[in-house]
Amino acid sequence: MESRFPILAKTMLAPTIARVIVGAPLVARKARAGNFIIVRVTEAGERIPLTIVDADPAGGTITLIVQAVGKTTKLLCALQQGDVLRDVVGPLGNPTPIVGCGIVACVGGGVGTAELYPIARALHQAGTIVHAIIGARTRELVILEREMAACSTSLAVTTDDGSYGRRGVVTDALGDLLAGTPEVGAVYAIGPLVMMKAVVDLVRPLGLATYVSLNAIMVDGTGMCGGCRVTVNGQMKFACVDGPEFDGTAVDFDELIVRNRSYADLERIGDQRLTCELASAGTETR
Amino acid sequence: MTGVNTLRPAERLKIPRQQAIERPPEERCRTFQEVSLGFDEERALVEASRCLECKDAACVKGCPVNVDIRGFIELLLARDHLGAINRIREANALPAVCGRVCPQETQCELMCVLGKKYTPIAIGKLERFAADYEIRHGLLLPPPRAQPGGEQVAIVGSGPSGLACAADLARLGYRVTIFEALHAPGGVLRYGIPEFRLPREVLDLEIQRIEALGVEIVTNVVVGKTATIDELFEEWRFAAVYLATGAGTPHFMGIPGENLVGVYSANEFLTRVNLMQAHRFPDFDTPIKVGRTVAVIGGGNTAVDAVRTARRLGAQQAYLIYRRSRDEMPARREEILHAEEEGVRFILLTTPIRILGGPDNRVCGIECQRIALGEPDMTGRRTPMPIPGSEFILPVQTVIEAIGARVNPIIQTTTPGLESDARGTVVTDETKRTSRPGVFAGGDLARGGATVILAMRDGRVAAASIDEYLRARRQAAHPVGAAAGNVG
Ligand SMILES: Cc1cc2nc3c(=O)[nH]c(=O)nc-3n(C[C@H](O)[C@H](O)[C@H](O)COP(=O)(O)OP(=O)(O)OC[C@H]3O[C@@H](n4cnc5c(N)ncnc54)[C@H](O)[C@@H]3O)c2cc1C
Ligand SMILES: Cc1cc2nc3c(=O)[nH]c(=O)nc-3n(C[C@H](O)[C@H](O)[C@H](O)COP(=O)(O)OP(=O)(O)OC[C@H]3O[C@@H](n4cnc5c(N)ncnc54)[C@H](O)[C@@H]3O)c2cc1C
Ligand code: SF4
Ligand code: SF4
Ligand code: FES
Repeated sequence: MESRFPILAKTMLAPTIARVIVGAPLVARKARAGNFIIVRVTEAGERIPLTIVDADPAGGTITLIVQAVGKTTKLLCALQQGDVLRDVVGPLGNPTPIVGCGIVACVGGGVGTAELYPIARALHQAGTIVHAIIGARTRELVILEREMAACSTSLAVTTDDGSYGRRGVVTDALGDLLAGTPEVGAVYAIGPLVMMKAVVDLVRPLGLATYVSLNAIMVDGTGMCGGCRVTVNGQMKFACVDGPEFDGTAVDFDELIVRNRSYADLERIGDQRLTCELASAGTETR
Repeated sequence: MTGVNTLRPAERLKIPRQQAIERPPEERCRTFQEVSLGFDEERALVEASRCLECKDAACVKGCPVNVDIRGFIELLLARDHLGAINRIREANALPAVCGRVCPQETQCELMCVLGKKYTPIAIGKLERFAADYEIRHGLLLPPPRAQPGGEQVAIVGSGPSGLACAADLARLGYRVTIFEALHAPGGVLRYGIPEFRLPREVLDLEIQRIEALGVEIVTNVVVGKTATIDELFEEWRFAAVYLATGAGTPHFMGIPGENLVGVYSANEFLTRVNLMQAHRFPDFDTPIKVGRTVAVIGGGNTAVDAVRTARRLGAQQAYLIYRRSRDEMPARREEILHAEEEGVRFILLTTPIRILGGPDNRVCGIECQRIALGEPDMTGRRTPMPIPGSEFILPVQTVIEAIGARVNPIIQTTTPGLESDARGTVVTDETKRTSRPGVFAGGDLARGGATVILAMRDGRVAAASIDEYLRARRQAAHPVGAAAGNVG
């Protein structure tokens, strides 16, 4: 009954973003681009969704890229090689349909680039021409630049503060790309909700499809709780089983943005508690 | 065994039905401690002495798994409490659970002859007494482990149906593996039914006992995703599969305002508390939010569990909104009474039509409409009809919908050739066979929401069918001498 999933390697990609390789053979065998897992770090922990960034079926491992934003992700980022995750279940969600033709734009914002990368790579391997845009707040938060470059025909990087690449947001670069490359037939955008919404608003008038991955709050990840419900085309959908990828033009982003803040005050309490715990753990070992 | 009870029948009839010991409402409605403490030995013996020891015990027919009720009551009277629990276990692998959660008033106790003119024997409470006696005295010993030599059988879902099937198959000598999607086993017993009705230690002990039979439970596997049914056969070498994945996908009413912050499905609300321990936040990481005033929609066990849980999480006022009358509520009688004692307000013959939100997109009220009951429909229940102009608004900050659930389609959509009906319910014959050879199904998955003990009965029927199927296969493979195989 005890299931534990070992961390086999860990590197920091940025001060708050970790790449962890986890032993999870059953998940690794079946993972496809667009799938995610639900993980629970400790016995008292929350179940949170994370994208499967890469999988090695032969070695039985999956790669996760995690940004420390709250208690669970901070805990995860603080783990080291040799530590274990209490629970890992997946692969969940529908894989992204990969069509091996045409020209697409792949737009990643923040840690969303990690979620986008497996899709961009699968599209590229299938023969699609990929133009990539990745954005971050500042230079040190730009991740997977080399990996994205390797699977795309062009790559633009934007930073909010202009410390690297082009100053501005991804939609600036996307506007230019679409103007200069009218052959682009579809856009894949993954990042913060406001970013995905901005991309959809930019692309909608052009009549192109925009595929977005919705990061709703999840519990089970199997369609059992309905906590991850989103409105798409005026209909209720469960992001975990009907998605997480949807046609962005049909998504009610404003509703989801509010829903994702449901627990903001409690999350702060959990986060502060962790900070205290980590601090006192630090003093004990000294 | 007969002759233990020295009372004449007329004397037995004079003894009133014994009442279980209960935590007082004011004490319990803020804690998750168990509400009913059941019988002590004295009450159990008095209650047992009321039984008429009917020759053709009708109560047994009322129990879906035909527990030998008359027999175990006699053993209790003889103070052979271990004998009693073992007798129950011959039919029921989860007695401490069923004694607590079975709707006895519509099953065994409904059939008890005493119920016609007097009050029926408190069969559930006696069953629970026997099970608790064993636990309390540290007598819950691992059962003799069968010699596993048979084929491997996979069970999908660790709810009562899967557990009951596993127990029977293990006893028959099969190597049984249960796959469970969540991180802990038990199905609804774990994530749905609250601790104040079914303490986790009791559930854990019952599951451990089934594991001790040699059953392996593998958590964190979503069959259909982590491995398909075809892979279970072809790559994992299972010889048969029993599907017991329940009916876990919640319905929503489809009224405006359902996606406001503060609206939960009962499944989510109860899962956050029961499975994730949100009531112990921040010691446990999963959060939950309950307003001062809470409305729960529905009239079944799920609704009553949700509303009582909301009280315990601090709601000052908790409403239960149900569109029919109190007598038509499908929830267990005992729980309805307990909810009333705990101050839950029942708003009957009423249906919500809209959930209202404030400028912050959080719930601030619920608009309802009164209902009149019309002519009885095909099921004999009267059709609810809204009364125009009867709308009214209740100010609430949390709304919990408990209006039913349907089956989860993950397995049906990933298993070619598995027949299911329009609602996704897997089609089976009376022996629990599906349209796919070697694949069996039962419990809520094939019933679309029922009871623990009906799910368990399906598990037992399926175990017998699986045994028969595998024997036939063995026979076909080795026509000579197969019948004498060590399995079964
Ligand atoms: C399908 C999917 C794939 C994702 N993939 C990645 C990924 O590859 N890398 C990554 O860093 N992040 C990913 N996320 C986001 C990640 O799940 C959240 O950052 C994480 O849950 C935050 O938890 P926390 O305890 O650290 O922070 P908290 O302080 O609890 O929450 C911070 C914010 O995260 C969101 N969140 C909180 N709890 C949950 C939950 N149970 N489920 C979903 N969101 C929640 C809320 O919007 C919240 O305001 C993904 C989300 C989804 C839905
Ligand atoms: C809140 C609530 C209270 C209830 N109260 C009572 C009561 O008091 N008395 C009573 O008799 N009945 C009660 N019921 C009904 C009763 O619990 C169910 O009828 C019973 O649990 C059904 O058993 P099951 O084994 O068929 O399914 P479940 O108990 O639903 O178990 C199914 C299991 O399968 C797992 N699963 C699902 N899909 C997969 C998959 N693809 N792969 C692996 N695992 C999977 C689920 O996670 C779950 O653990 C209640 C129900 C609820 C929701
Ligand atoms: S299992 Fe349930 S229905 Fe059967 S005797 Fe026990 S309490 Fe009654
Ligand atoms: S029907 Fe009632 S009185 Fe008769 S044996 Fe059963 S429990 Fe006893
Ligand atoms: S996370 Fe529970 S239904 Fe999607």
